[in-house]
Amino acid sequence: MEQKAVNLPIYLDYSATTPVDPRVAEKMVPYLTEFFGNPASRSHAYGWTAEKAVENARNEVAALVKCDSREIIWTSGATESNNLAIKGAAHFHKGKGRHLITQKTEHKAVLDTMRELEREGYEVTYLDVEKNGLVSLDVFRAALRSDTILASIMMVNNEIGVIQPIAELGEICRTKGVLFHVDAAQATGKVNIDLQLMQVDLMSFSAHKTYGPKGIGALYVRRKPRVRLEGQMHGGGHERGLRSGTLATHQIVGMGEAFRLAREEMNSENERIRYLRDRLLDGLTQIEETYVNGDLVKRVPHNINISFNFVEGESLIMAIKELAVSSGSACTSASLEPSYVLRALGRNDELAHSSIRFSIGRFTTEAEIDFAIDLIRKKINRLREMSPLWEMFKDGVDLDKVQWAAH
Amino acid sequence: MAYSDKVLQHYENPRNVGSFDKNEQGVATGMVGAPACGDVMKLQIKVNTDGVIEDARFKTYGCGSAIASSSLVTEWIKGKTLDEAMTIRNTEIAEELALPPVKIHCSILAEDAIKAAIEDYRSKYDGQSLLSAKANNE
Repeated sequence: MEQKAVNLPIYLDYSATTPVDPRVAEKMVPYLTEFFGNPASRSHAYGWTAEKAVENARNEVAALVKCDSREIIWTSGATESNNLAIKGAAHFHKGKGRHLITQKTEHKAVLDTMRELEREGYEVTYLDVEKNGLVSLDVFRAALRSDTILASIMMVNNEIGVIQPIAELGEICRTKGVLFHVDAAQATGKVNIDLQLMQVDLMSFSAHKTYGPKGIGALYVRRKPRVRLEGQMHGGGHERGLRSGTLATHQIVGMGEAFRLAREEMNSENERIRYLRDRLLDGLTQIEETYVNGDLVKRVPHNINISFNFVEGESLIMAIKELAVSSGSACTSASLEPSYVLRALGRNDELAHSSIRFSIGRFTTEAEIDFAIDLIRKKINRLREMSPLWEMFKDGVDLDKVQWAAH
Repeated sequence: MAYSDKVLQHYENPRNVGSFDKNEQGVATGMVGAPACGDVMKLQIKVNTDGVIEDARFKTYGCGSAIASSSLVTEWIKGKTLDEAMTIRNTEIAEELALPPVKIHCSILAEDAIKAAIEDYRSKYDGQSLLSAKANNE
C-alpha cells in the first residue's frame, strides 16, 4: 500500500479546539481594518455597517439551531455562556427556590459555576451517569424537587463524545416547570439541534469548536415562554442588558460564517468523519485489551476515547508524539488524578490513566488515520513489553487481587 | 510537558528492560507502586556470591520520568554491593534526570524499588544461604 505523505504532528484533538476555517478567516479580516466601527454607534455609517454584520451573524447562529435571532446573546465563549445561564437564572429565581441539578460528567465551566452557587447558599445535586456515560431519565426525574430552579445537562460530552437525551430531558423539565440549560459547545456542526422541537430554555455555544475563532460564543435565551436572567456583566446595557461590553465585530462575523458553513456542510462532513472514525476504531480495537469509553451508538462520530490496558497514558502520549491527542489522565498537570469523567463511568483508575481521546475533524485525512493506527500499534507493543502489569496479565495474575504498595 | 534530554534519552533507549527468572540463584525482585496511582516499577537484581549486583532488569508501567528513573537506577546499581546500592537517594536520581517537582515521586519510587529488591534478596537468601552458596562455590 502506498503511504501518502502526512504533515507531523497529526492534529487529532479537534475536541480541544479547531483551526479557523480559511473561509471564516477571510470574512473576518475586513472587520478588523476596514469596517472597524462600533456596532453600538448609531450616528454614522461605520457603526451601521458593523451592526449589520453582527445581526447577519446572529441570523446564521440562529439558523443552525433553528431559533429566533433575537434569542441569541453574544458572549466570550461557552464558559461565559454557562456562567451567565446558570448564575443568571439562579440569581433571578432565588425567590422560587435554591436547588439546581447537573451531572458529574459536565465540563468544569458548569461544575465550577455550580460550586460557586453552593458557596452562595444554593444546593446542587450532581447526578451519576450510567456506565455508558448517559444520564438515566429516571434518575434525572427523581432528582427534581419543588424548589428546583434549573437543570444543566450537556449535549455532547467533551471527553467521551456521548450524546445525552436532550429532547427527553427537556420534556421532563418543561412538565415540572424547571428551567433547562444545555451546554452545546461540543455539539454544533456535529448533531442536529432544533430548538423548535427541543424544550430547552438556555443553550451555550462556542465558535472555536466549530472552525470559528476563539474568544466568542453565544447563549440562546428562549423568548416563548420567556426565560428571565440576571445579567452578570454590567455596563453599557448591550445585548438587552444581559451582557454589557462592546461587541467584537470581527469575532462575531467569524462565528456567524463558521456556523453557516456548519449548517451547509454538516451532513456530508459527518459522513466523511464517520468513515474515518470507523477506520480508526477498527484499527485500534484489533489491539488486545482495549476498551472504548462511552456509549458506542449514542455518540458523535468525531470522538473516540479508548483505554489501552496496562499502558500508562502519559508515556503513551510521549510515545506517540507524532500525534496531537489528549490523555484521560491529568498527569500532565500537577494533580496526578485520572479523568473525573472516566471515573464517573465506573472505569477503574488504571483504565482511566491509560485512555486517549482521539478527535477527528474537517481537515483529517485517511492517510493521517492510517499513520496513526500503525504508530499506535507499534508503540503499544513496545510499552507493553516494558510493562510489569502486562507481564503479570500474560502470566495469568489477577491484578485486582495483588496487594499493591500504594504511595 | 517538556522533558529533559536525559529523560528522553532513557525513555527512547531504556537500558536493561526485561526480566530474570525469579527462581534463578541470586535473583531478587522489588515491585513498588500501584496501578491506581499510575506507576508500578519492577526492579530485579542478580547478586553474585561476593554480594555484588552483577546485573539488573526493570519493567515499568508509568510516565516517561518513571521509565527513565528505573532505567537509570539499573545502570547505577550494577557493580555496586548491596550496601552501596542502599545509599542511592531519590534526590540524586531527580538531579541526574532534571525532574520537575511534579515528577519527584518517580525518583522516590525508583529509590523504593532498589530497597525493595535488596530487602527481597536479604529475606530470600539471608546471610546463611549466601554463605552456603559461597561455600559451595569454593
